[in-house]
Amino acid sequence: MQQTPTPTERRSEAERPGEPILSVRGLKTHFAMDEGVVRAVDGVSFDLHPGEIVGIVGESGCGKSVTMKSVMRLVQRPGRIVGGEIRYRRPARDGEEALDVDLAQLPGRGRAIRRIRGGDIALIPQEPMASFSPLHSIGDQIVEAILLHQNVGKREARRIAIEKLSEVGMPNPQQRFDAFSWQLSGGLRQRAIIALALSCNPSILVADEPTTAIDVTTQAQVLELLKKLQRDHGSSIVFITHDLGVIAQLADHVVVMYLGRVMEQGPARDIFHAPRHPYTRALLESVPSLHAEARVALPTVSGSIPHPLHRPSGCPFHPRCPDAMPGRCDVDMPALVSVDGGSPVACFLHHDEVEEADRG
Amino acid sequence: MAVPETAAPARAERTDNVYVAPAWKMTWWRFRKHKLAVFSLWIVGLIALISLVPHFFATTDPHATSARRAYIPVQPVRFVHEGRPALPFVYGVVGERNQRTLRMEWVVDEELRRPLRLFARGHEYRLLGLIPSDLHLIGFANLAEGEPTPALLGTDRLGRDQWSRLMIGTQISMSIGLVAVALSTLLGILLGGISGYFGGLTDNVIQRVIELLQALPPIPVWLALSAALPRTWPVTLVYFAITVILALLGWTRLAREVRGRFLSLREEDFVTAARLVGASRARIIFSHMVPSFASHIIAAVTLAIPLMILNETFLSFLGLGMRPPAISWGVMLQEAQNLQSVVNAPWLLLPGVFVIITVLALNILGDGLRDAADPYSN
Amino acid sequence: MHWFILKRLLVFPILIFVFSIIAFVLIQAPPGDYLTSYIAELAQGGTTIGQEEIDALRRQFGLDRPLYVQYGIWVSNLLQGDLGYSFEWRRSNAELIGERLMLTLALTTLSLLFTWAVAIPIGIVSATRQYSVVDYVFTVLNYIGLATPNFLLALVLMWLAFDNLGISVTGLFSPEFQNAPWSWARFGDMMSKIWLPMIVLGTAGTAQIARVVRANLLDELGKPYTEMARAKGLPEWRLVLKYPTRVAIAPVVSTLGWYFPQLLSGGLVVAVVMSLPTIGPLLLRALIGQDMYLAGTIILIYSVLTLIGTLVSDILLALLDPRIRMDGA
Repeated sequence: MQQTPTPTERRSEAERPGEPILSVRGLKTHFAMDEGVVRAVDGVSFDLHPGEIVGIVGESGCGKSVTMKSVMRLVQRPGRIVGGEIRYRRPARDGEEALDVDLAQLPGRGRAIRRIRGGDIALIPQEPMASFSPLHSIGDQIVEAILLHQNVGKREARRIAIEKLSEVGMPNPQQRFDAFSWQLSGGLRQRAIIALALSCNPSILVADEPTTAIDVTTQAQVLELLKKLQRDHGSSIVFITHDLGVIAQLADHVVVMYLGRVMEQGPARDIFHAPRHPYTRALLESVPSLHAEARVALPTVSGSIPHPLHRPSGCPFHPRCPDAMPGRCDVDMPALVSVDGGSPVACFLHHDEVEEADRG
Repeated sequence: MAVPETAAPARAERTDNVYVAPAWKMTWWRFRKHKLAVFSLWIVGLIALISLVPHFFATTDPHATSARRAYIPVQPVRFVHEGRPALPFVYGVVGERNQRTLRMEWVVDEELRRPLRLFARGHEYRLLGLIPSDLHLIGFANLAEGEPTPALLGTDRLGRDQWSRLMIGTQISMSIGLVAVALSTLLGILLGGISGYFGGLTDNVIQRVIELLQALPPIPVWLALSAALPRTWPVTLVYFAITVILALLGWTRLAREVRGRFLSLREEDFVTAARLVGASRARIIFSHMVPSFASHIIAAVTLAIPLMILNETFLSFLGLGMRPPAISWGVMLQEAQNLQSVVNAPWLLLPGVFVIITVLALNILGDGLRDAADPYSN
Repeated sequence: MHWFILKRLLVFPILIFVFSIIAFVLIQAPPGDYLTSYIAELAQGGTTIGQEEIDALRRQFGLDRPLYVQYGIWVSNLLQGDLGYSFEWRRSNAELIGERLMLTLALTTLSLLFTWAVAIPIGIVSATRQYSVVDYVFTVLNYIGLATPNFLLALVLMWLAFDNLGISVTGLFSPEFQNAPWSWARFGDMMSKIWLPMIVLGTAGTAQIARVVRANLLDELGKPYTEMARAKGLPEWRLVLKYPTRVAIAPVVSTLGWYFPQLLSGGLVVAVVMSLPTIGPLLLRALIGQDMYLAGTIILIYSVLTLIGTLVSDILLALLDPRIRMDGA
C-alpha cells in the first residue's frame, strides 16, 4: 500500500472521552424533485466528542454537506429530513442552561433552532466571498451575529468582533472591520468568515470544504488556525472535505461517506493505516504520493458515481467494487456495525448484518 | 503498484444512451414541458389562422353599413329553446324606436330562430387575396328574404357587424405587429451585431445613438410622426408608415441584447478556438456565434410582438394609427372612446378582450420560449 | 461617486440640445404649418380669407422665415425662459402648460410610488412562497395586467364605476373646483379623484416590476449569503428582507430610468380617455392642429423629464449599491 502522511496524536476509538456532544443516528434527508426522490442522506450515523475533530470525507455528491446542513436544519424545500435523530448535548455554560435536544424534532424556523445556529453550532461555509452580503461590511455582519446571541451593546459587540478578527490573524482588524467582502483577498475572506463563525463562541464548528477554493499556502494557514482553535479553546470541529491529505493532517476521527451512507468510520490512524471498506481502500490508493512508483498510472476508483435517481440495489458501492460478491452485495444493504470491538464498517466482507429495510 | 483491471461488475451498470441532440431540438423538448406555454401556442396558432383567412371566419361583409341597424347588442349563441336543448342557434331581434329618446331599442324575438350552419355560403371574398370564394365557417339558416345576417357580437354606430370586423381586424393588428417587429429585429440584429462585434468607436457611436433613442418618450414621438402622415394617403401606405414608425424606436431593445451577447460571446473559448483554427470572420459570426443565441432572439422577438400590437392598438385608438376604412382592433376601439359610447353599447369593448387574449398568449409563449432557450434557468 | 454624477450632469445639456432639434423636426414633419390647418378650419366654417391676410399672418407669426431661423428663435426664447405662444389658444404656453405640468408630475409620481408599493411586496411574497397558491394567483394577475392596454382598463373601470356606483370618474376635479385657486379643499378633491387614474396607469408597470422582483429574489434566495444569514440564526423574515431583498431590489430602482418615461407616455393615453387636465391631451391637440411651439415645447418637456428620471435612478442605484459607488464606474 502507498505511504500516506502519518497522522499524529490521534486518539483511538476507545480513547474518545465521555459523552458525545453531537450524536447523529440514522439521519435521512430526501429531496422531492420533479423526476423523483433524491436520497441525498440515507441513514447516516456518527458521533462528535467534545474537543475532537471529525472529518467527513467522500466524493462530490456523497451527501456530506447535506448531512451537516441537516444537522443545522438549513436544508430548504424541496429537501427535508425524513428520519433519524440528531442529538445535541451541551453542558451548562456562562449564563445558559445545559442542553439535550433532538435537533431533528425542532421546528425548522423556530426560536430554539435559531438560538443554536450561530450560537452553539456555527458554519464555516464553502465560498467565503459569496457568503458575505455584498452590500454590508464584514464588520456589520459579524456584529449582527454577536448582537443576536450575546447580551451586549453595540459598542461591546464591535470590540468583540475586532478581537475575533485579530484572533484569526486578520492584519489591521480595525480597518478591515469596515471593508466589504469583495475588497478582500481570498485568504483574508476565509479568515473573516471564520471570525464570523467564532464570534459567538460556538461549541461546534462545521467547516464545509473550507480549503477547496483556496491555494495551498492559505490552506496550510487555515488548517493551522483550526488546529489552534481545537488546542486553545477545546472546539469540536466537523470538517467536510474530499481531500484526504487534509483529513490526514487534521482529523481525529474519520467518517467515509458514499451515496448518502457511511461506509466506514473510525480513528484517523485506523482508517489510514488499516482501511477495511473497499471504497476507503480505493480512495487511499488514489491519493498521489511522492513515494509512488514512477510511470505507473495513478489508480482511480473505477467507474463513476451513479445518478442519484438510479441508486444501485443492495450496497451502493457494489457496481464499482473490486470485491463485490454477486448475489449478496447487489441484493442487501450492509449495516454499519463494529466488528470485534473495532470501528464500524458497512461491508459484507467483514460481517453479515443487513440494514433494516427502511426504504422511503 | 499496478492497478487491478476492473473486474466486470457483479451487475451491469445502467449505461445512459448518450445522444447529443441539436440545440433547437433540446429547446423544443424543454418548451414542451410547460403545458401553459404549449396551450398558448395553440391559441396563437388559432389567431394566426384567423389572420390568414379572416373572411372565412367572418359572417358578413365587415364594411357594410346600415343606419337602421345601429347599436344592436350581442346576439349570443344559445343551446336551449323553450326549455329543451337544441342545436346551436341565434334569436333574431326586432327593433322599435323609443318615442321618448328617439333611439332604436332592440328586443329579442323568440319566434325568430336562426340555427347555425357550419361551412355555409355567404358574402363573396378572395381567399388569400387571390381565389374567389364564398365559403364561411359559420352561417345562419332560416333567414327571411332580405333579412340581414344576425350580428353575433352586435353592431356599432354605423350598423356594422362587429364579429366580422373583429375577424378582419385581427389580420391587420397581428400583421402590423409582426411586420413592425420584423423591421425592428432586422435593425436590431444588424446594428447590435456590428456594435458588439467590432467594438471600439463604432460601438461607442451606435451605443450613444441607442441611448438617445431610448431616452425619447415613445408615445409623443409616435404621435408626432403619425400626425405627420397626410390624411390623403391610401390605407396600405399608412400601414407601412405605421410599421416603420413603430420600428424606429423599437429596435433599440433588441440591439442592446444582441450587442451584449456578442460582447460576451467574443470572449468565449469556442470563439477563440474557431479563430485560432483560422475560420473567417463571417463564418465565426454565422456558424458559431449566432446559433448559440438564436433561441434567445426568437424568445425576444416573440415577446416584442405583443408590445407592438398594444402600441398600434392605442395609436389607432387615438385616431393617429390605422384609419377607417381600414379595420384593426384599435380602430374598432375608437368607437368606444368615451364613457357615453361605452355606457350605450358596452359590447364595443369586445375587441379589447381579443387584444388581451392575444397579448396574454404571446407573452406566455414568449416566456416559455425564453425559459426553454436558456439552459441555465433552474 | 461624485465624478459619476458629474459626468452625467455634463452630458445633460448636450442631450437636451439634441432633443430640441429632434422635437423641432418632429413638429415640422407634417406638411404645411399652423396656418394651413387654420385656413382649412375657417373654410369648413364657411369663411374665406384673402391671400394678403394670410401673408400678413405668416409674417406676424414668423412662419415665413426659413426653418433654421424659426428653430433659432424658439431655442433662444426657451433659453430666456419664454416658452412661446400658442397659436390655437392665443395664450402663452407657460400659462397653458403650467398647472397641467404640475398635475402631470403629480399623477406620474403617485403612480410610480403606487407601483413600487404594490409590486415589491407582491414580488417578495411570490418569491418566498414559490409555487404556492398565492404565487400562482399573483402570476396570473401579473400576466393579465401586462396584457391589458391601460386605456382599455380605464374605459372598463370608468364604465363599472358608472354602472355600479353611478359616479362619473372623468377629470381630476369636481366641477366646482375645476378653475378655482389652490386650497386644501381643492387638493383633497384632487386626491379623491386621482386614485383611479393612478391605479390604471400603474397596473402594467406593477406587473412588470413584480416579475422582476420575483425573479431577482428567487436568484438571491439561493445564494450562499442567504444561507449564511440563516446559519447565523437570524429569523427568516428578517434575514430575507435585510439581505437578498436589498440586493434584489436594487435593479428595481434602476427601472425608474425606463419606467418614468413609460408612465409619462402611458399617462397621455389615459388622460385622453379620462379627460384629465394634464399635458398629454394638450400635446395631442397641438400636434393635430400643428400648434408648433406648444407641441415642440411639450415634447421637449417630456424628454427632459425622462432624462431627469434616468439620472435620479442612477443616483439611487449608486446609493443603494456600494459596489457601484466605490468603483465610480
